Amino acid sequence: MNYNQPLELTGLVSNLHEFFRDNLSPFWATLVEGALVLLALLTLYAVIALALIYIERKITAFFQSRLGPNRLGKYGVIQSIADMIKILIKEIIHIKEVDKFLFYAAPFFVIVSSMLTFGAIPFGQGLQAVDFNIGIVYVLATSSIGIIGVLLAGWSSNNKYSMLGAMRSGAQFISYELSAGFALMTVVVLSGTMQLSEIVESQRYAWNIFNGHILALIAFIIYLISGHAETNRGPFDLPEAEGELTAGYHTEYSGLQFGFFYLAEYLNMFIIASIATTVFLGGWMPIQIKGWDAFNQIMWYIPSYVWFFGKAGFLVFLSLWVRWTFPRMRIDLLLNLEWKYLLPINLINIIVMVVMVLMGWTLSDWFPALFGN
Amino acid sequence: MAEQIIFYILALVIAVFSIMAVTSKKVIRSATYLLFVLLATAGLFLMLNYYYLFAVQVTVYAGGVMILFIMAIFLTHKPGDEFKTKMNWKVKSSAILSVLGLLLSGYIVVANVTRIINYVSGKEMKMQELGVTMMGTEKYQFLLPFEAMSVLLLACIIGAIMIARKEKNNVESNNDLDK
Repeated sequence: MNYNQPLELTGLVSNLHEFFRDNLSPFWATLVEGALVLLALLTLYAVIALALIYIERKITAFFQSRLGPNRLGKYGVIQSIADMIKILIKEIIHIKEVDKFLFYAAPFFVIVSSMLTFGAIPFGQGLQAVDFNIGIVYVLATSSIGIIGVLLAGWSSNNKYSMLGAMRSGAQFISYELSAGFALMTVVVLSGTMQLSEIVESQRYAWNIFNGHILALIAFIIYLISGHAETNRGPFDLPEAEGELTAGYHTEYSGLQFGFFYLAEYLNMFIIASIATTVFLGGWMPIQIKGWDAFNQIMWYIPSYVWFFGKAGFLVFLSLWVRWTFPRMRIDLLLNLEWKYLLPINLINIIVMVVMVLMGWTLSDWFPALFGN
Repeated sequence: MAEQIIFYILALVIAVFSIMAVTSKKVIRSATYLLFVLLATAGLFLMLNYYYLFAVQVTVYAGGVMILFIMAIFLTHKPGDEFKTKMNWKVKSSAILSVLGLLLSGYIVVANVTRIINYVSGKEMKMQELGVTMMGTEKYQFLLPFEAMSVLLLACIIGAIMIARKEKNNVESNNDLDK
């Protein structure tokens, strides 16, 4: 069934592609297209970061019965642009007695890792820069480089607070990376593929979270918790516990170098939300019910990228809600939660999921007329 | 042409940072240079369309082993201090050994280069094929026992930690004795 999709960008993208193919040699066409994709991704990266910073400040303010930024523009909407300009022209303070090479290289590790992960996310129909057949493993792999930047930043700052923050961050990240990986692997078992585009396609009539019902729900919750912990936010923000460690691993950084850490933190929050969206909530797929053609047509009128950002935005809101609701955890409680609860639950969950898929107990096996592809 | 340019960039990165990893006087910098070498090697796998190997290289070596390296270096005494150059005969003997190693591996590469071309098809490998190879029971398959061994090793490590750690109650009773 082909639905009318007036606002999709697939036409525009393929027109551009044909235009470059016709007018340039293959080498230059690829180069120009690559540069354009990179430019688009970088712009999107910066714009999402600015939007998230504004949204977080506003929502935080409402949680704490304040007004939040409200001076610049209507409701303070251009506050974060002003902050960006400020951070761009700020002096980068040179610190004595640091390991110069590692100190200046560390922010790049963090931002490059988050950018590499960002590039593989399917934002909408036809809006995916690279579509590896190992999509999920690629995402896990590239996001694990960032922690090296944090460790090096903490060490090269030559500051014991930075060092402690970095060590905590390292322990926390390595622990929760396991849970995040296992939760995603549970879904790989369910959908039988690792390619992000195929995972989205397989959720046309039943999102994975419904298709795998109770087990997928467990995996979803574990992924949200561990993703939240990986990004050092919410009740898990021990690495930058300001009361005891000033600001953790980025204490000594100033100007744009600090900006890199800040940007990567916000984007990692968005990346976790968008991977959860893609893998559990159907990605950019609109809500569709088999046989209800008129309903499906109305849903398809809403373009796929709006669906994607809507779902991801909801998960980001959940993460903010958690962040401003729970008090900070102690380090031993944090590691206990991972190693004594989440990891064993996860290991059992993945085995039960294998049994469930083999026995055909998923929703699409039970009700193929309603949920089958 | 593009592939060749990328290959030369990667090769240059691998060569330069390998040498820097060995010649650097600070152990933490050596680890960082080694990380660059590992990432560039992952880039080579990407060029060969071996995406799975690329991801494994990045996760296991860059993401896992290097983090452990860096953590372990942090725990050593003054990791930022410069090494003193070793004795002269040690430098000479290690130079001779590395030249011998280079000759040996060079000979193996040259002797097997035609066979490697046959193996490297450049085709994109499907995840399903890989899974079947790991779990299947035919010839050249069945990696499962090998993987199960690694779980055994993990159990050994955890067991060692359990035996080596101090029991909370014992520590308290020792403190009581001290009083």
